Order: sequence, then C-alpha cells, then structure tokens
Amino acid sequence: MSNQTETDGGLVTRAEAIASFEHQHTALSRIQHALHSNPALVPLIVLVLSTAVFGALLGTKFFSSFALTLILQQVAIVGIVGAAQSLVILTAGIDLSVGAIMVLSSVIMGQFTFRLGLPPAVAVACGLAIGTFIGFVNGWLVARIKLPPFIVTLGMWQIALASNFLYSGNETIRAQDIEASAPLLQFFGQSISVGGAVFTYGVIFFILLVLVLAYILRHTAWGRHVYAVGDDPEAAELSGVNTKRILISVYALSGLICAFAGWALIGRIGSVSPTSGQFSNIESITAVVIGGISLFGGRGSILGMFFGALIVGVFSLGLRLLGADAQWTYLLIGVLIIGAVAVDQWIRKVSA
Amino acid sequence: MKKLLIGTAICLAAMSPAVTPAAMAQEISACLITKTDTNPFFVKMKEGAEAKAAELGITLKSFAGRIDGDHETQVAAIETCIADGASGILITASDTSAIVQSVQQARDAGLLVIALDTPLNPIDAADATFATDNFLAGELIGKWAAGKLGDEAANARIALLNLGISQPTVDVLRNQGFLQGFGIDLADPNKWGDETDPRIVGHDVTAGNEEGGREAMENLLVKDPTINVVHTINEPSAAGAYEALKSFGRENDVLIVSVDGGCPGVANVKDGVIGATSQQYPLQMAALGVEAIKDWADNGTKPEPTEGKDFVDTGVKLVTDEPVEGVESIDTTEGEALCWG
Repeated sequence: MSNQTETDGGLVTRAEAIASFEHQHTALSRIQHALHSNPALVPLIVLVLSTAVFGALLGTKFFSSFALTLILQQVAIVGIVGAAQSLVILTAGIDLSVGAIMVLSSVIMGQFTFRLGLPPAVAVACGLAIGTFIGFVNGWLVARIKLPPFIVTLGMWQIALASNFLYSGNETIRAQDIEASAPLLQFFGQSISVGGAVFTYGVIFFILLVLVLAYILRHTAWGRHVYAVGDDPEAAELSGVNTKRILISVYALSGLICAFAGWALIGRIGSVSPTSGQFSNIESITAVVIGGISLFGGRGSILGMFFGALIVGVFSLGLRLLGADAQWTYLLIGVLIIGAVAVDQWIRKVSA
Repeated sequence: MKKLLIGTAICLAAMSPAVTPAAMAQEISACLITKTDTNPFFVKMKEGAEAKAAELGITLKSFAGRIDGDHETQVAAIETCIADGASGILITASDTSAIVQSVQQARDAGLLVIALDTPLNPIDAADATFATDNFLAGELIGKWAAGKLGDEAANARIALLNLGISQPTVDVLRNQGFLQGFGIDLADPNKWGDETDPRIVGHDVTAGNEEGGREAMENLLVKDPTINVVHTINEPSAAGAYEALKSFGRENDVLIVSVDGGCPGVANVKDGVIGATSQQYPLQMAALGVEAIKDWADNGTKPEPTEGKDFVDTGVKLVTDEPVEGVESIDTTEGEALCWG
C-alpha cells in the first residue's frame, strides 16, 4: 500500500504507547482495549451470537452437531484458501490468484493421474509442487521486481485460470472413475463421525492448518517477521529482517496451501472439475476481512479468519433453512464486511 | 475506430446486394459466436459448425466470450462479422436482451442472424432460433420420475437444484417442465419457487457446477432429510448432489434426474448416479445453422420454425437404462454414441 498509510499506521502505534500512561477506565475504553489486544475477539463474538440466534429460530434442525459440522465442511475449502490469503494480507499484500492456483493444482493432480498415467501419489506431489512454484513466482515478482501484489496476482489469476482451461480442455474427471482407480485423490473426502458430528479429513486439515499457522505466526521468528514486514517494511529491513526472503516465502507458502485446497476440493466434490472455485479469491478475502485482519497489513490473527469463514457459513445455512432468498445472504455478508472494517477502524483509535 | 469499422461495414453491406449470388457462391462466410470456448457444450457446437462448413465449402470464423456473461466481446464479434462481409451469424447470446441492438445492426446490413441454444429476448429479434425445447426436456425427466415412483409419487419429497437466483430462461423452462411432467401445479410458469404443492421441499441454486450442487443438496437435506426426488439443472450439479447424498448415506434411495446429455453425464446414468437425463444436441444445432446460412446466401430463404413453436426444435431424448412405460427413451449405449463433451 502507499507510504501515506504506513506512516499513519506508525503514528497510531506510537500514540498507543503514550496513551498507556494515562489511566482511563471507562467501560467502553476497556472493551476497545480488549478488542485491540485480541483481534479475533470481534468475529468470535459475532459467530457465537449468530449461531445462537439461528439456533433459537430454527431449533435442533440448525443447532445439532450434524448441521454445525456440516457448516465446517461447507466452509473448509474457502477457509483453507483463506489461510493462504491471510498470510499474504498480513504482509500488506493481496492474492487474487488463490482460487486459480487451487483449481489448476487439482486439475494437474487429476490429469497427471488419468492422462499421463502417473501414480496418484506422484501426481499429487506434482500438483503441490506446481502450486508452490506459482506462489514463488508471485512472491519473486513482488519482492524482487517490486511490482504491486495486486497487479502481479491479477495477472497470475488470468494466467493460471487460462492454463487450467487450456490444459484440461474443460474436461471433468468423474467421481466414479477417481474412486475406482485413484482413491488417493479423494483422500480429504473421507470422514470420521463422532455421534452426529461428521468431520471430513478436509475439515480436520483446515482446523489443524489454522492452529499450526496461528502458532507459527505468534511464536516463531518467521511469524513475527511476517507481521513486521506487513506493518512497516523499512523498519523491519533496518532491524535486520530479510524482507525479500520473507515475502517470497509467504507467497510460495500461500501457493502450497492453495494446492492443498485443490486436493481437498477433489475430496469435497468427488470429481476434478476445471470450472470450480471461480469466486474463491473474493470469498477468501471476505473471510479474511470479516475475520478482522487489516488489509493494510501487520494486524489481525488467522483465528479471526477462521471465525470469519464460519460466520459466512452460519449465515448461508441459517438463512437458507429459514427459507430466505439466497440474495439475503449476500446482502448480509456485504453488511458484515463493511461492519467489520468499521469496527477495525474504531479499535485502531484505542489511544483516544 | 469502432465507428469507422461499422461505417465501413455498412457501406460494404449496402454494396453487397449488387454482387450477383453466383459470383459470391465461392466465398460464403459465416460467423459462430458462443458464450465461451471452454464449456464442452460450445466446443461441440463449434465442432459441428466447422465440420458442416467444411462440407459445404463455407469459411467459418469462430468467436467466444471469455466467460459466460461476457457481453462486450460478443458485440465486438458481431461488429467484426459485419465488417468482414459474412453472410450470416450463429450466436449463443450471453445477454439476450442487450445483444438485440447489435443483432439488428447485422440484420440491417443483410446478414442472417440465428440464435443457437439460447433464444434472444424477444425471440423474434433473430431471424430464427435453433434450440432444444428445454420445457420438453424438463417434462421428460418429470414424467420419468413420476413413472418410476408409481403410486409413491403422491408422497414424493422433491428437491429442485436450479441454476441461479436471476432465474435465466433455460432454468425456468427445465424446472417448470419437470414439475409439469411430475404432475405438480405450476402457478406462474414463468418463474420457479411460487408453487404451493407440499411435496416440494425446496429450491436452491447451484451455479451449474459440482460445488454448487453439493452445497445446495446439503442445505435442502438439512431442511428435510426425507427428500427422495432431486431435479438438477445439469449433470455437473447432479454429480455434486450425489456426493452430498453419499455423505448423508442416502445415495441408494434417492432418484436424481438431470438435463444435458454430456458424455460424463451419460456415464453417470450408466453407473446409476443419475436416474435419467434429457439429452440435447448442440452439434445438430450448429450444423443446421450453417446449412441455413448457406440457403440464405444462395437463394435468400430463411429457415421456418418447427410447427407449433416459435423456434426450430433440434430435438431432445431421454437417456435411461430403466425405461418407464409411456415415456419414450434411449439406453445409455445409444446415449453415449450421441453424447457431447
């Protein structure tokens, strides 16, 4: 983003430090402070409230372990892509190519198995490698050539999507064929049920991925550097962070995670379909924003994105069960996006 | 630049009637404009048009939008065809209302414009429409489903997986055709969702792909787990619905019906994933279209619509391996020979 914004961010941070000397203890300022130190708190509250409201309105139809875990299944793909998006946005970037990388990777896994006759495990490895490579190219262009992330990934989105269509010939590989000869591709579609709750491997992967990334971002040097690069790249550079390497590694990791999302996608829809995931980039950005991660970088937590994705899932299923027109879901999600950013701005004024 | 092109095109078109048909016979050219060039349906359409054009000695130029809904590329394509002096245009319009103005330009310039697969709005904006009777396609699978259930049809629990909230024409026709065939009162036949029959569990939208099909099916199953009949807008959404049913352990006791007749879809009928599907014939549409343009260029005759319809019906057949009495159908072996994509 522009220098102006970075300067603003810097000023706010400095102002906070001064404010902490003063003792203001109004209820509002305490809330503001709590929210500031735990950015995932707002989406968590919204998630709990919306689940409770829909539960009260719909009863056991919605408030059952089965329906609630179904929501997890429905958001798992967007959530995994959202994890990749979170990493990039934390560095003050944006990745418009996430969905295209996901679909291209899944097509490669499928076609390498069925067209080239490679063993499924090798095909999956190739898909993951190509996803990582595309991410690496994104990162290299952003970090080394200094192109804006929006432009780089806008271009890569088109390139990956077109490659996907050209390579696949828009050919769907049927679920039954995959089941018969390459069940490994559907690995993430398997599930375990505990009581009424159903957890697919895709859901478990999603949850583990979020927890692992949350730990890495909070407790490792690499994770802290990601925040530092997003908050103020020059300061980070001056304090010895290799910002270029951090950026490239973030985009490459994002590509790898998207490729995993592509693998999970095969599990979810059974087949390999080149037309899937057309809106994954927008949906992942939605989850990230509702999750309270700042688009200006350096602020927010990946747990917030997790809650953000779930909020979208809760609203979608809840409203459909209430019999509302699907447009209402989109309308409310629009309200949530703007609301989330407004709250974010308010929290930033914690110094006041 | 655009204006210059159109101007030139109009001048050329104004001059062209002066050229004798005999002199033109060697140089008939036609344009094919599809919604996208990635959807197998349009790929097959292009194949059909190319084969027929080669056979008749016509030059065929193909254009396509980038994605479904890409209106501007189609407008530019029409302008190019006019400028190119083509005899006729075959088009599957992305925006059936907005394209009318450009189509009129082409017709004014003396080109024959034929809408393929998707009727324009209004339908008479094109010289002719070559399409599947989508209402009939829906009706066939509706009748089949009712026949398959027999007396149980009175207690059916029906889920309808449609295309989109904007209710595109094809979506409404297939949905309402299905309900009519099943024996359900349609209320307003120009929209879905206003029926009051208690056998309908609900409508949801799929965007016509696997992902959407699965999610829509899940939503409706949570609403009512006793669903036993599923209408789907096309075969990819049917495949997605099947995955959802499988995760609910219901894949063996629910009837799925669909429309399209693509090769993966027919294979799914063979495997029992889909009970029956109505097959349409894009190759036929395109081939007939090319012939019509040749007739127009040779002797100025326009194609006549099928009797009793306002378009030329290119046919639809029910594909199933479990035929039901009173509903004509072909088996999957025959369906595979005719499938596309």
